[in-house]
Amino acid sequence: MVLKALFFYLFAAVTVASAFMVISARNPVHSVLFLILAFINAAGLFLLVGAEFLAMILVVVYVGAVAVLFLFVVMMLDVDFVELRQGFLQYLPIGSVLGAVLLVELLMVLGGWAIDPGLVGKGAVPITATGSNIEQIGTVLYTKYVFFFQASGLVLLVAMVGAIVLTLRHKEGVRRQDISRQVARGPASSIEVVSVETGKGL
Amino acid sequence: MADFWSSYLWPLIIMVAQSVLLMVVLLVVIAYILYADRKIWAAVQLRRGPNVVGPWGLFQSFADLLKFVLKEPVIPAGASKGLFLLAPLITVILSLAAWAVMPVAQGWVIADINVGILYIFAISSLSVYGIIMGGWASNSKYPFLAALRSAAQMVSYEVSIGFVIITVLLCAGSLNLSAIVHAQETRGLASLLGVPWLTVLNWYVIPLFPMFVIFFVSALAETNRPPFDLVEAESELVAGFMVEYGSTPYMMFMLGEYVAIATMCALTTILFLGGWTAPIALPPFTWIPGIFWFLLKALLVFFMFAMVKAFVPRYRYDQLMRLGWKVFLPISLFAVVAVAGFLRLTGLAP
Amino acid sequence: MALPALSPALPEILLAVGAMALLMFGAFAGEKSSRTVSFGAMGLIAVAFLMLLVAPKYGTTFSGAYVLDPFARLMKLLALAGSGFAILMSLDFARREKFDRFEYPVLILLATVGMMVMISANDLISLYLGLELQSLALYVIAAIDRDNVRSTEAGLKYFVLGALSSGMLLYGASLTYGFTGHTDFAGIAAALKAHGSSLGIVFGIVFVLAGLAFKISAVPFHMWTPDVYEGAPTPVTTFFAGAPKIAAAALMVRVVIDGYGPIAKDWQQIVVFISIASMVLGAFAAIGQRNIKRLMAYSSIGHMGYALVGLAAGTQQGVESVILYVAIYLAMTLGTFACILAMRRKDGPVEDIGELAGLSRTSPVLAFLLAMLMFSLAGIPVLAGFFAKLYVFMAAVKAGLLGLAIVGALASVVGAFYYLRVIKIMYFDEPKPAFEPMPLELKVVLGLSGLFVLGYVLIANPIGTAATTAAASLF
Repeated sequence: MVLKALFFYLFAAVTVASAFMVISARNPVHSVLFLILAFINAAGLFLLVGAEFLAMILVVVYVGAVAVLFLFVVMMLDVDFVELRQGFLQYLPIGSVLGAVLLVELLMVLGGWAIDPGLVGKGAVPITATGSNIEQIGTVLYTKYVFFFQASGLVLLVAMVGAIVLTLRHKEGVRRQDISRQVARGPASSIEVVSVETGKGL
Repeated sequence: MADFWSSYLWPLIIMVAQSVLLMVVLLVVIAYILYADRKIWAAVQLRRGPNVVGPWGLFQSFADLLKFVLKEPVIPAGASKGLFLLAPLITVILSLAAWAVMPVAQGWVIADINVGILYIFAISSLSVYGIIMGGWASNSKYPFLAALRSAAQMVSYEVSIGFVIITVLLCAGSLNLSAIVHAQETRGLASLLGVPWLTVLNWYVIPLFPMFVIFFVSALAETNRPPFDLVEAESELVAGFMVEYGSTPYMMFMLGEYVAIATMCALTTILFLGGWTAPIALPPFTWIPGIFWFLLKALLVFFMFAMVKAFVPRYRYDQLMRLGWKVFLPISLFAVVAVAGFLRLTGLAP
Repeated sequence: MALPALSPALPEILLAVGAMALLMFGAFAGEKSSRTVSFGAMGLIAVAFLMLLVAPKYGTTFSGAYVLDPFARLMKLLALAGSGFAILMSLDFARREKFDRFEYPVLILLATVGMMVMISANDLISLYLGLELQSLALYVIAAIDRDNVRSTEAGLKYFVLGALSSGMLLYGASLTYGFTGHTDFAGIAAALKAHGSSLGIVFGIVFVLAGLAFKISAVPFHMWTPDVYEGAPTPVTTFFAGAPKIAAAALMVRVVIDGYGPIAKDWQQIVVFISIASMVLGAFAAIGQRNIKRLMAYSSIGHMGYALVGLAAGTQQGVESVILYVAIYLAMTLGTFACILAMRRKDGPVEDIGELAGLSRTSPVLAFLLAMLMFSLAGIPVLAGFFAKLYVFMAAVKAGLLGLAIVGALASVVGAFYYLRVIKIMYFDEPKPAFEPMPLELKVVLGLSGLFVLGYVLIANPIGTAATTAAASLF
């Protein structure tokens, strides 16, 4: 139990600290790297509550794929950071007021929080003790929540179509490699054997 | 106090001892894998390969190690210092961390977690960061281009690796690596044909042969091995993301790369070649301990890695992407559907 | 485990599968296929419309996450009509402006699926997924003219603000789940009935309503509307002004009535505030506008304010008036945009209000119909728009919200000013050169819309009955 608490505070503290660094780092590449650190620690928190499947998926999907592309884009952007920060102070007052309001709201909500003992462990889909959590997620995801699963699939389809619509351009005059044509080419269609008469040339 | 000793300290000591043992063995194996790589390559090209340090050059890798460690590390002036040094560390630590869940023989595993395969998948998808960070932090154009290439390449091939792994999981019915090996020991083609002692038929390499091929090729791409070593294509990018690295940091990159190769060989063994099980479950085969079978199989896979490096010319980048997205992805996606449908219809699903 | 009952969701399934089939067709047939894909999309929408019209399979399915009741049916019919007409009205524009990308009708179809999911949402998760499916498609089609800076800007602006509003909605939804332990509306309502309101729930409602208010472009979340309306290509604006508003309004009605029903006192204040702010801003900000699309943007902000007056009442009559309001609004908007799409000279479309000068002499029929639509939007008696406003104000007065009704009436007096200005320009200013002749499909839409606006008195009864049945199913 002590060990668990210790790890919880470790992961939680690193998550919060790196989340703070995401918004305060000077270099956006560093920001993304801190974001990744925050993700990994969040995965650690998932592990601590016994949701190992979610933890691994978080790492595989967010850290392994999404953040890589993120980093990819940020590295290639040519951003002038000095210029970017010039407007910062101008928005600071209104930003901090909004932040303070949100903070007060959150505190009030947390202050008004009274956990109903009847609610704990009831949830929308309570976790049973038997079986691994992959099995449990699988059984509700493809039965009870199949509609949500399919709808999310459609959302991703729209995202994909959108990305293609907005960025794909067919350039004219590009010579593309057609591998099947290359492979299908035989000597009959590509070479010609000529017997050249001496002294005459072709 | 006694409680603390028995519940925390003693397990911790055991675990550390196991880890150190595994790491030492692994590193020695890596040293000879490196040597084997060079020897095989040389043999294919009718050269002799390393033959000076020690008998038949057997100590070559250790000599290289000494040389790297004793040299002066150089950090370029414009480099982002912290990241520059962090990148090789990340590469080597991540690739070693994958071995924590690898069952090398019956019960010989440091952490037998029930999402073992996902853990390895997650770790290998993290390893791209070592390369990206190294390439970016060097503040130089060739490493940067290499970093971009590797990011795209590794993410692309992870997709098909993921689907191939799913087909195996469908057959095995578990994400635990030991359970996957067990499934190949006890269930499958051999028992269906009424020859349960012929375990070699149970191995997934036979029913899932196309997936095995895709996995092997994707593993080459994932570890940046030839013919997919565009990340360090010397004809275009000098030495890729490692251009600015020397001495110990460079060695760490190399080490990480070879450990990742060893991981992929071990993973192929576990997923497709029945892990530590003997090919025929009869004496004298069963007298040989599982670890030897495991090593034998993994080395066989590595031999294929080395031969591919010697035989196959390097791919062009667009061909690489085409292979990943237009060939492997549709095939493996279809295979997931086909395998799942087959298992469901025949009632063979575990 | 048996398959969940699919029959209530058949129209959605048809549209989704059809959209994917059209996508494949378009991808293989190339860019030239856009017209075929457009007709295919309209055909699918028509089939879905008929399925809902003739044989609706009422029921709740997918473990209670999805519901088809008379309310959902009516709102879906409206949304489908909005989408179908939007595709129809884009045909001519697409041909002339090199706007012929086959993805456009496919994205509209997918957005329509999203709207139908929203309308049928009976759970916070399906609410969010439907909303996101619809919004994501809308972001893309706002920027579909990707070489045009203004269209790209519209898309980007819409996307960034939309993502922010989705975030707020999710935050509110998670607060609601955290404090009630349920994501389905029935469960939330039961928990609220048992335990009453709490601070967390109130914040949850505020955030959920803020997210939804963004989608119907109500004040104070309206900032994107004028820029997006102006920047996006006109057929896209046509689409934006119609169907998505219907879906978001339906969603808002369902979530507050079904989900947060037991604590009506808490959300009524919010809705009243949003409603008053939208009506007032819509009326005053539109006065200075020169661009007709911007004018329509502010007009739609104002109209959503009026529709919310009915919702603020929170009674069955209120919901009925909301349904009637959005139905009439849809008809008027489609007609008006048919006129805007017809504003085209040889060298391309024009959008300035001044270009309408003297329209009564160059094309008297168009001018007359546009004038009628403007009168109706302003709420001049015996036209459809008047009844729409009458219904919502009556509902508000019945529910004891006299002040709200008075503010609404005053705002519509101010709003009448800019609608009348359009008429004045058309009838009393020096004529400018005539527009190009109107294509047939626009004539049809304009004609239908004009007939509806002028003859609403005659068909008020059957429409009213339909709305009553629909509203009754929520209570």
